[in-house]
Amino acid sequence: MTDVPETCPVSDWATDYDIFDPDYVHDPAPIWDELRMRCPIAHTTRWGGSWLPTRYDDLQAMVRMVPALSSRSTAVVPPPPALREQLVAEAKKYGAETPPISADPPEHKPFRRMILPFFSPRAVEAQIPYTRALCHSLIDGFIAKGEADAAVDYAQQITPRVIAYVLGIDPGRADEFVEWVRGLLELGQTQPAMRIKYRGVIRDFFKDMVAERRANPGDDPISTLIEAEVEGKKLDDYKIVGVCFLLLVAGIDTTWSSISSSLLHFATHPEDQARLRAEPELLPTAVEEMLRFYAPVTMARKVTEPVEISGVALQPGDKVLMNFPAANRDPAVFDRPDKVVLDRQRNRHIAFGLGIHRCAGSNLARMEMQVALHTWFDRIGTFELTHPDSITWAGGQVRGPRSVPVRFGAAVC
Amino acid sequence: MKRGPRAVRIKVNPDLCEGHNRCFALAPDLFEVDDYGLSRARHDGAIPPEREEQARLAIDNCPEFAISVIEGD
Ligand code: HEM
Ligand code: SF4
Repeated sequence: MTDVPETCPVSDWATDYDIFDPDYVHDPAPIWDELRMRCPIAHTTRWGGSWLPTRYDDLQAMVRMVPALSSRSTAVVPPPPALREQLVAEAKKYGAETPPISADPPEHKPFRRMILPFFSPRAVEAQIPYTRALCHSLIDGFIAKGEADAAVDYAQQITPRVIAYVLGIDPGRADEFVEWVRGLLELGQTQPAMRIKYRGVIRDFFKDMVAERRANPGDDPISTLIEAEVEGKKLDDYKIVGVCFLLLVAGIDTTWSSISSSLLHFATHPEDQARLRAEPELLPTAVEEMLRFYAPVTMARKVTEPVEISGVALQPGDKVLMNFPAANRDPAVFDRPDKVVLDRQRNRHIAFGLGIHRCAGSNLARMEMQVALHTWFDRIGTFELTHPDSITWAGGQVRGPRSVPVRFGAAVC
Repeated sequence: MKRGPRAVRIKVNPDLCEGHNRCFALAPDLFEVDDYGLSRARHDGAIPPEREEQARLAIDNCPEFAISVIEGD
């Protein structure tokens, strides 16, 4: 653990921010607004120490500082020193890389090009029927009750099945995938033993899958990775496992957070809910606005050489939190940034990051959000929160509501 | 295609485009994307006047600032 106990109140957000502070997890935007004016690249020694940019232009510049800001360590919370040895041993056994997200140029590009075709607009269109049928069957399961947890019973059920379907692995194991990803990315941030455990579980799962696909190749991503070559050489199994690992974990809690945030928004903003119902053609801009406003993902970079940005000197070894969510609230770029505008026409948000690591799954995530919201609004009548106080948020690397209990009337068709 | 004096021409800078596909989603008949999501302006970037607003929307939604007007601005 870090020397600052996590419960210690923040004295000054500019020099001592805490991304796990309950106020920050619940609604970081007011804190970003204050920082943007006073100290646009804040610093803390908590959770291993890091820098926190809040301005859009700084994020735009930082993604391009490659490899000075390296992707070789993208975890927002580094493992505590006590666990380093265990991690090194684990890396020896399994390999620690998850390219392309963990790679810098020139290694990065070939891995990215291997996976992009599975997430192109055309490839994603082919996943719509499965996704739509899935959303319908989930709603079939709870519609008669007149209530459901929009996060647990809906959003969280969609994303693991869709990515399993894309990867050609068993969507029936979705509950396990959710458990693994939460253990790794959510609980694992503050409970490092969990992180190590689930890393092993996921890698073991894919080691078996790779062996299976080697025996029975298909045209799925795993078989493609087995056949892929970089500079004339096939990939080592541990790299294939690393890419699969990334593809499984990158698309689950991210997209589920976005769908849950959206449904929470509409449950708590009846005027927006009524508007989207009356004007369904607003769905595409509404989805972009949800992504901007509730951007779930913060990634980290490790500084590898001294660089200066906006008057701050970053030193090798420092960590920078790529605060894409805060950039999306920058009033220098967005008109009325703290207002959700369903038909916002000009929305250059960076919820999917940008530059060479732009989310490879962004087309898939957008499709899932559109289909999930469209199907929900189609089938479910006016909905509202059952217990407004029971919303719980996960924060850190991926922020989103983990429970959104709602009740609803019948849809008027 | 006939172009009046107001016609504009646009270009996607391949060094900046990272395949967000915002342009393609907003104006599928002005842009085409390849399997890697990288975009190119169709018709050599010529934009008929009645589509200019759509082209400008694509320009203003590209997170990489990769699309620009190269003629007629
Ligand atoms: C709303 C949902 C999602 C959000 C907000 C999101 C966000 C992000 C962000 C911000 C990055 C950049 C990371 C960086 O700069 O270090 C990223 C990378 C990535 N995402 Fe997503 N993501 C989402 C869904 C998905 C889905 C469904 C997949 C599908 C597998 C996916 C796969 C990836 C991959 C493979 C990368 C690494 C790309 C690279 O390093 O070249 N993501 N994502
Ligand atoms: S929106 Fe910009 S980055 Fe995205 S595909 Fe179009 S030109 Fe490329």
